[in-house]
Amino acid sequence: MKYVLQRAVFYAATAWAAITINFLIPRLMPGDPVEALMSRYQGQLDTSAIASLKALFGLDENQSLWEQYTGYWCHLLDGDLGLSFTFFPTPVGEVISQSLPWTLALVGVTTLISFLLGTGIGVYSGWRRGSWLDGLLPVTTFISAIPYFWLGLIAIALFAVEWQIFPAAGGYDNSLVPAFDWPFVSSALYHGVLPGVTIVLSAVAGWILGMRNMMVTVSSEDYVTVAHAKGLSERRVMFSYAARNAVLPNISGFALSLGFIVGGTLLVEMVFSYPGIGYQLFQAVGAKDYPLMQGVFLIITLSVLAANLLADMAYALLDPRTRKEA
Amino acid sequence: MAVTTTTDTVVADPAPAATRAGFRFLRGGKTRAGLLILAFFVVLAVAGPWLAPYDPDAMSDQLLRPPSAGHWLGTTQTGQDVLSQILVGTRGVLVVGFLAGVLATALSVLIGVSAGFLGGAADEVLSMLSNIFLVIPGLPLIIIIASFVEDTGDLLIAAVIALTSWAWGARVLRAQTLSLRRRDYVEAARATGESTWRIILFEVMPNLTAVIASGFVGTVIFAILSEITLAFIGVADISHWNWGTVLFWAQSNQALAQGAWWWFVPAGLCIALLGTALSLINFGIDEFVNPRLRTAPGASRTVRMRVGFTPVARTGGQDRPEPPAFTPVARTGAPTAPGEPGKEHQA
Repeated sequence: MKYVLQRAVFYAATAWAAITINFLIPRLMPGDPVEALMSRYQGQLDTSAIASLKALFGLDENQSLWEQYTGYWCHLLDGDLGLSFTFFPTPVGEVISQSLPWTLALVGVTTLISFLLGTGIGVYSGWRRGSWLDGLLPVTTFISAIPYFWLGLIAIALFAVEWQIFPAAGGYDNSLVPAFDWPFVSSALYHGVLPGVTIVLSAVAGWILGMRNMMVTVSSEDYVTVAHAKGLSERRVMFSYAARNAVLPNISGFALSLGFIVGGTLLVEMVFSYPGIGYQLFQAVGAKDYPLMQGVFLIITLSVLAANLLADMAYALLDPRTRKEA
Repeated sequence: MAVTTTTDTVVADPAPAATRAGFRFLRGGKTRAGLLILAFFVVLAVAGPWLAPYDPDAMSDQLLRPPSAGHWLGTTQTGQDVLSQILVGTRGVLVVGFLAGVLATALSVLIGVSAGFLGGAADEVLSMLSNIFLVIPGLPLIIIIASFVEDTGDLLIAAVIALTSWAWGARVLRAQTLSLRRRDYVEAARATGESTWRIILFEVMPNLTAVIASGFVGTVIFAILSEITLAFIGVADISHWNWGTVLFWAQSNQALAQGAWWWFVPAGLCIALLGTALSLINFGIDEFVNPRLRTAPGASRTVRMRVGFTPVARTGGQDRPEPPAFTPVARTGAPTAPGEPGKEHQA
């Protein structure tokens, strides 16, 4: 319990740091992004938008940095992330809440699949070291060195343009209205196949490598030898003795790699024009929509932190040592 | 970096007998392949602009042609030569990658080693700092910072990438330093009155070389991927050629829909090849640090044992925590079971 509490405090501190970074970036940067924006949207910005811009970027020169900071927090706690420029009168919060479910579903499912698949393959290839499975290593290394977005480009070129099996862009058929009925859900699933497979393909290699290395290290431990000597079946020794211990670092690695997975997913969304948060970020970057960019960054960071906290709790459940040390 | 110069001292500690062992990791096939590919790209980075058959910016009337004798990798929508763009772009990729790697490694050494060695409140603060940077997703942060800056040159992109990618190395180095700081030879140095900074630089640092090197290579991979991603999204300066810029133009000109595979396939393959090369080098370093990972022929199978057969005693693994030992393994050489065991001990 104490351990979980400690982690929660740590993530709260990290969230505070992330929000502060988000606050400081536009203020520390050389040049004045706001001025450029004001001139670009001359006459289009109403007073409330200007007020929220001021709070967001510290335009108001009468205020001290500290007053700006507290004002920023007040806006945040009210759930006010400012107004988006690309979708003009829409608040950033609304834009994000529309795209967040798409990203969460895509990241959630693909991460789970690649973790299970990668760990499984890693267990086998680490256990049967020197077998044909070792030939898989250079291949996975090569695939993991490919940027996510390029794999996405290839996937589109092959399966959407060349053979036209899957759609090239979007999250669902445009003729459908988003609702929880079969045509819409099936269309969403169909559109999710190509981005999902792309993510799994590039993310799985890391799990395989990590798990294989741990399996190799663990399989020469004494307790594995004992299990063999007791005459237990190969399968039992592999799963209940070696893999069970080897999987622990992979779980803590899982938490840390979440940031990378989310980053990779953002890229895949950009390539596939998938209506998630990454595509939103991509559009915001193109349109210099600073409020939306900052909002997206904040939401991504907070989700990653929450997922990290969950992974830490799972780790505490699985590994008694963390509970003892804490 | 002082990687090569100090390697000999590193190995002097774990394996005193092997004098030239510092370069042993170069012997593995994987490492060699990695170094070869890396060398190839370094040559391209140096000589790329001279090797390029055309000016990468020059337009021609050969629009969107597939690879041919005149244009080995085809042409773009505006008749630019793809091969020339990739050749000229190699330098930018490598320069930013290595610059970011050097900066991030310097930061991680500074923070990680100080945290591990100094301990106490300094350790608390520095670990907290690196843990925070570790969990904040790097890529979105890089995108945000880079898009706020007006003038995105190579140096700036490298600095931003370094700023967001040092934390992992710092964490690993801190853990390693913690295990080193109470070793006898460090205590001895302290007893002879050597200054803290001298101990860190000459007693602790040489033993961290392998960890630092592997962290450096890892960061370079990350930096190259980030940099190309930034160029691809259009955040970095797109007038400056690198592989990401090629992909940016390919994407924005609908190369996919037009089936112009020669426009985006070569750049991606180059990225993957370079990344693979660096990963292979890192495997070499990993296997050098952790000999168990080496794939020696014959070592692949664990010894199969049946009940009543005493297994061969191994000598390794004294320094790791023992699992609950109710082991039938004959460690002392006393044969405990019938059969022909124990001969190996005398040999």
